Amino acid sequence: MSSSVLITNGRVVDPSQDLDGKLDVLIEDGLVTKVDRKIKANVTVIDAAGLIVTPGFIDLHTHLREPGQEHKETIATGTRAAVAGGYTAVCAMANTVPPNDERAVTEMIIAEAARNGACRVYPVGAVSRGLEGKELAELADLRSAGCVAVSDDGKPIANAQLMRRALEYCSMLGIPVVAHEEDANLNEGGVMHEGYYSTLLGMSAIPAASEETLVARDVILAALTKSRLHIAHLSTAGAIDAVRAARKRGVQVTCEVTPHHIALGDDSVQSFSTNLKMNPPLRSAEHREALLEAIADGTIDAIATDHAPHHFDEKNVEFDLAPFGVIGLETAFGVCYDRLVREKVIALGRLVDLLSCGPARTFRLPGGTLREGSLGDVTILDLDTRYAVTNTFASKASNSPFIGETFHGRAVMTIVGGSVKFDIRPGVAPAKPSKKTAKR
Amino acid sequence: MRTQTSALRSRHLLGIEPLSPEEITLILDTAEGFKEVSERPVKKVPALRGQLVINLFMEASTRTRVSFEIAEKRLSADTLNFAASGSSVEKGETLIDTAENLMAMHPDMIVIRHKHPGAPKMLADRLPASIINAGDGAHEHPTQALLDAFTIRERFGRLAGLNISIIGDIAHSRVVRSNIHLLTKMKANVTIAAPPTLIPAEIEKMGVRVVHSLDEAIEGADVVMMLRIQLERQGKLSFPSLREYYNTFGLTPERLRRANRNAIVMHPGPMNRGVEIASDVADNAERSVILQQVTNGVAVRMAVLYLLGGAHVVE
Amino acid sequence: MNRAIRRMAIEVVEKNRGLDDLIIVGIRSRGVPIGERMAKEITEMEGTPVPFGILDITLYRDDLTTIAPNPVVKPTKLPEPIDDKVVVLVDDVLYTGRTVRAALDALIDFGRPRKVMLAVLVDRGHRELPIHADVIGKTVPTDAHEVIKVKLTETDDEDEVLIMEK
Repeated sequence: MSSSVLITNGRVVDPSQDLDGKLDVLIEDGLVTKVDRKIKANVTVIDAAGLIVTPGFIDLHTHLREPGQEHKETIATGTRAAVAGGYTAVCAMANTVPPNDERAVTEMIIAEAARNGACRVYPVGAVSRGLEGKELAELADLRSAGCVAVSDDGKPIANAQLMRRALEYCSMLGIPVVAHEEDANLNEGGVMHEGYYSTLLGMSAIPAASEETLVARDVILAALTKSRLHIAHLSTAGAIDAVRAARKRGVQVTCEVTPHHIALGDDSVQSFSTNLKMNPPLRSAEHREALLEAIADGTIDAIATDHAPHHFDEKNVEFDLAPFGVIGLETAFGVCYDRLVREKVIALGRLVDLLSCGPARTFRLPGGTLREGSLGDVTILDLDTRYAVTNTFASKASNSPFIGETFHGRAVMTIVGGSVKFDIRPGVAPAKPSKKTAKR
Repeated sequence: MRTQTSALRSRHLLGIEPLSPEEITLILDTAEGFKEVSERPVKKVPALRGQLVINLFMEASTRTRVSFEIAEKRLSADTLNFAASGSSVEKGETLIDTAENLMAMHPDMIVIRHKHPGAPKMLADRLPASIINAGDGAHEHPTQALLDAFTIRERFGRLAGLNISIIGDIAHSRVVRSNIHLLTKMKANVTIAAPPTLIPAEIEKMGVRVVHSLDEAIEGADVVMMLRIQLERQGKLSFPSLREYYNTFGLTPERLRRANRNAIVMHPGPMNRGVEIASDVADNAERSVILQQVTNGVAVRMAVLYLLGGAHVVE
Repeated sequence: MNRAIRRMAIEVVEKNRGLDDLIIVGIRSRGVPIGERMAKEITEMEGTPVPFGILDITLYRDDLTTIAPNPVVKPTKLPEPIDDKVVVLVDDVLYTGRTVRAALDALIDFGRPRKVMLAVLVDRGHRELPIHADVIGKTVPTDAHEVIKVKLTETDDEDEVLIMEK
């Protein structure tokens, strides 16, 4: 497949260089070589009239499940879900089986992504050996193997001393520690947000304080160690306050929120649908309002999906027994465009920043811009199309909380390094998958 | 016209929350008719003849299971008891698979008790049978609330305007949630009392007054409903010891004096004598209606079974 | 109507040669006021009170699963045990006989009467079961498509028997 294309007639929205206008984008040999009016070049031309052209989306928080849990998702299917959602790169979380706590696993992920992946895959290494929260994994080795950050995501780091040491050590490596913030003692078997609805439904609950106490601890440790801390899936008003206050003091702290925490509240759990069970849980209205405010005022650096595929059988059980997590790569843009841009919380440019430029800045990844010389990763959006979510996904899993909903806008074309990896533009026959594509 | 007519809107009883005050009244009125059946020489009517009711008890229960079974038998239904222990559930079968296998035997109704909230709704969403919730985790226990209301109404002739205090482990009680729904819908004044460690978040939004003193809760009460304290909670940070719990929240004859003159004492059972209630109170024939609750449970469950299964709406 | 009920009361007393062991039982709902009035007539005639009871047959109906929506169940109230007694069942209209069949089933669950008699205000024919009335207020030949409605002061503010087209 050609790695040179010319995208014409589209509205280019690239917040990294404050671009918003009708421009053409030329990609040659996988890199952006020119963004200008009326470019002429002897390469494949993609007509993007009426569409939005943005730097490719980057997901800081994806569970690809491979190795070890291929019944839930694989690198092949997970990256196909990514490009179907407009993502050109995903950061693969370390809680695989075995976990990504040593070079061999990192290398396997990178090799498999090169063989069968539809988009770029940046591995996130484990903080602790075996994700056990006891001793540090070989972080320098993981870094040199290709890990872009480290995280024990799925579990908090309960031991403050371990967190301190991880932060200190990673400052030497130039990568952030990604923190999954919850106090397991405060959660005590909780399955949903603690509030009116957990009381109504008689469910064991997770208080907002569980997240907030650990965020408060970790920004203090980030200040102590002068290291980069990234808060994963931030979901409460108190956590936002802690991040804001720390930033004011000059602490290097970044944070992400998920589309489902933006769009859904704990009231929806009344349906007992296990596709509404995730950790952190869906929060109450006051927390969601605080998230929207933090998105609007720039406190939030990135929107990340926390795409967490599970097999149908695993979710087809009592709410208490179902595993935490929902998929999100394919629905992220529609959800965020509807809830944030159409409802006038932010402008389109800010949303592109949260999905592309912000994530690139946060983990210092290539991409997230259409500057000349940068990666030829482009997402093309159709804001006028409707996306009706059914239980059919490119992902192997279907545990989405948005099945049955219809969103405005979705990615219609995804280009990675100048190669078209996803194309559902109206009136254009879908591109045949390359021979290398692994069948589901 | 030979009969008054009325019906429930749903073919399931998953909780009190979805019921209207009219539906609650219908069930209680119908139960009055069934109470008389239990006093006959032949305590059986043919109303559910030929119908199969499966009692799917995935969590230990004696009182509720026996009560449902008697109710079903007095309505001439065929009954089948399915308990989790000794069954395929112990071999790891999921609830859905268990239910679908039972469904293959074409039951008309399934009565389910389960330790996880929402399990009855799971079945109702997937199976054609009528589902009756016999208690799901700390969520709801609708027939208990109905029999409590029946017992209160039997004594006072009404529910509206009564001062009803519910005391004990509010956080982990399905009985209290169903009772709050029912009693607030029927315009009673509900007070709940417990140490703050046993009060769940934002429960006042359910329309109840929350106090942390037994005396304050009992003052002026018409009904004092004591909840079971689960002994295994002792020492798990909910309260320091049973001794201290009894000293602060245990119901004694002296403390009951603050209640109204005709006040009654209720308990959904099983009781822990000397933990949440003193024997002098539990056995006080004038005050305690604990055994009437058990008797009325059969009549109320007959009414529910009859209303959900006795007559199917024909288009 | 009152005359018909008085006549029925007299006939009941004559057929039993007195009041010994007699119980009048009205079938809910319109058999109840008719039975009550008969019991009152008998009490006035004979000078001694005759026991009166109420039978609810809802749960014994053979059409329970097809009628919609649910009939409301009310208690049965019998003043004394019916074993070895003469029970006079009272209803407003005798038609298919199915109500009486249900009433007999219900009654048997309360004991073993020596004898059961049936008294109805109106017999309109069209029986579907081998049942007949011992005491009849008035025989009214009807077509199957007609509906007989008995109105009583106690429940409908007036005494009246209506024959209507369906």
